[in-house]
Amino acid sequence: MPLPFADMEEVYEALAVGIDKVGTADAPLFLAKLALMLAHELGDREAALAAIEACQADLVRDAAG
Amino acid sequence: MRPAGRGEHDSLYFSYPHFEPPPRDAGATRQRHEVVIAGAGPVGLVAALTLAAHGQPCLVLERKASFNDGSRAICIARQSMHILERIGAVAPFLEKALPWTTGRSFHRGRQILEFEMPHGADEKFMPMYNLQQQYIELYLWQAAAAAPLVELRWQSELAGIEEAAEGLSLTVRDPGGSYGLDAGWLLAADGARSAVRAMRGLRLQGENHEGRYVIADLRMAHDYPTIRRAFFDPACNPGSTVLVHRQPDDIWRLDYQLEPGERAEDATREAVVREKAGAILREIGHAGDWELEWWSVYSANTLALDDYRDGRILFVGDAAHIVPIFGVRGLNNGIADAQDIGWKLARVLAGQAGAGLLDSYTPERRGATLDVFANATKSTRFMTPPSHGWRLMRDAALSLALAHDFARPFANPRQMAPYTYADSPLTAPDDPAFGGGPLPGSVAPNLRLGEGADGGGFLSDRLGPGFTGLLFGGAGPAGAPADALAALLGEIDPVFRLLRVGGEGADLEDEDGRIAARYAAAPGAFYLVRPDLHLAGRWAEADPERIAAWLADMLDLEEAS
Repeated sequence: MPLPFADMEEVYEALAVGIDKVGTADAPLFLAKLALMLAHELGDREAALAAIEACQADLVRDAAG
Repeated sequence: MRPAGRGEHDSLYFSYPHFEPPPRDAGATRQRHEVVIAGAGPVGLVAALTLAAHGQPCLVLERKASFNDGSRAICIARQSMHILERIGAVAPFLEKALPWTTGRSFHRGRQILEFEMPHGADEKFMPMYNLQQQYIELYLWQAAAAAPLVELRWQSELAGIEEAAEGLSLTVRDPGGSYGLDAGWLLAADGARSAVRAMRGLRLQGENHEGRYVIADLRMAHDYPTIRRAFFDPACNPGSTVLVHRQPDDIWRLDYQLEPGERAEDATREAVVREKAGAILREIGHAGDWELEWWSVYSANTLALDDYRDGRILFVGDAAHIVPIFGVRGLNNGIADAQDIGWKLARVLAGQAGAGLLDSYTPERRGATLDVFANATKSTRFMTPPSHGWRLMRDAALSLALAHDFARPFANPRQMAPYTYADSPLTAPDDPAFGGGPLPGSVAPNLRLGEGADGGGFLSDRLGPGFTGLLFGGAGPAGAPADALAALLGEIDPVFRLLRVGGEGADLEDEDGRIAARYAAAPGAFYLVRPDLHLAGRWAEADPERIAAWLADMLDLEEAS
């Protein structure tokens, strides 16, 4: 059941605040832990692997150099 | 600001009129005006024309001798067009302004998404229109000059305010000297640096955000449709955001953030603006000539007065609140303020409402401003992320938005939508018998009417200048509720208009049931529309006496004089 946009916004804001709280250096570790925990909560191996695949696309920063 | 060698009003495309102060006899007797409006900007003039549309005269005082020196606020939202239509001023706007529905977002030079603003065949006006502020002021001034109830005095500064027994004692200063006049009410529409606010010792409360922005207008033959373009992290302004808007007369608006640590004095030097504009034009692929017209600097503040009313003084528009530019709410919110206080004050002055009606002005319009703040804060964080965390999340949303619909709303600029007065003291509690349809307090949904006997047009064309009731089909064999509603509500509001929708003897045919469906209205249902097109309330079973009692109470009619 996808989250409604209002809830997504709340998550977005909590993530932004969370990244600032842990600091730039620890942000990748924080986000990797988060991804693992969310996959655990999701309980769906296929969906988790598909999301990992999908999020490797359109990394604009790399594409644009 | 304008390029070196050009005066404040030396525009490339707009001829600024010069207005003389009013002639005045030295021995003229002291006058009384029930309503004085400080400021002849868009907000002050919409307030004046709203009062006039409701039959009340006013005096407008304007310190300057002409219109605003630059284009400033350029986006007019759909609801503002409805307001302009109701004050009889919309025609030249439709003629000149550039309508648009589409926005495009680019990230590092790549177009990542295109969005459409809500629009459909049932809307009379487009979601947004671009027009320079001085044209907005010109057209409103033309309407005001043609309105016998509006008197406008240029070069006339409100220099003093004293409270008096039956109102206010004002001092006006013009090139001929100073004079006094008496006023029943004062509308302060004198802008972000409101002199009235300062004279009353009132302060805006809220946050001054850090970001500062330059807006610059260029004239150039540039082939691109009227589409709002947002460039995130472009090569010409790394780490920042640039907006490009088209305006009439081959004028293009650039809007960009100052670099970190850059001082406003430096960023607004002509050479610096030219250099930045040139870089942006290279980014958008404009190779031809261009001329610099005008520029200014602003910051993204969210500031408002705690109370828009100070006794007999009411603050309107930027005098009451300063909102960030993203979302184009400064002008549109101010116009809505002006309409709101305009119809309410007119009704009080006409003896058709008690002064208690004015108590709803602050909760309704300040509520709208706080809603703007919430949206604008989100927009500002997206347009100009304040930290690494916000920037990383913004970039993640932009990247996901390329392929995933769920992420697109993050990049939506949250353009102006009319505020719903859900918590207003003027809004009737909702009737739970409705299974959908528009909620009380929201703007009445518009609908395109069928051709045929009614002659087509839109539902909004049929609404009266005062309150309008929509009584849905089959209102009883004898038409009893319709007659009783028309009689009882007509006693409260002399220009009350009852529209029977569908059924026998309908004022509005609804053969395919589209209107009833949009309003989720079964036969016998009744919606009451306010003069500003917001819904006052709705009742699934129209009970004329109950509705009339509610309206009389809402208008504080017992205190009317």
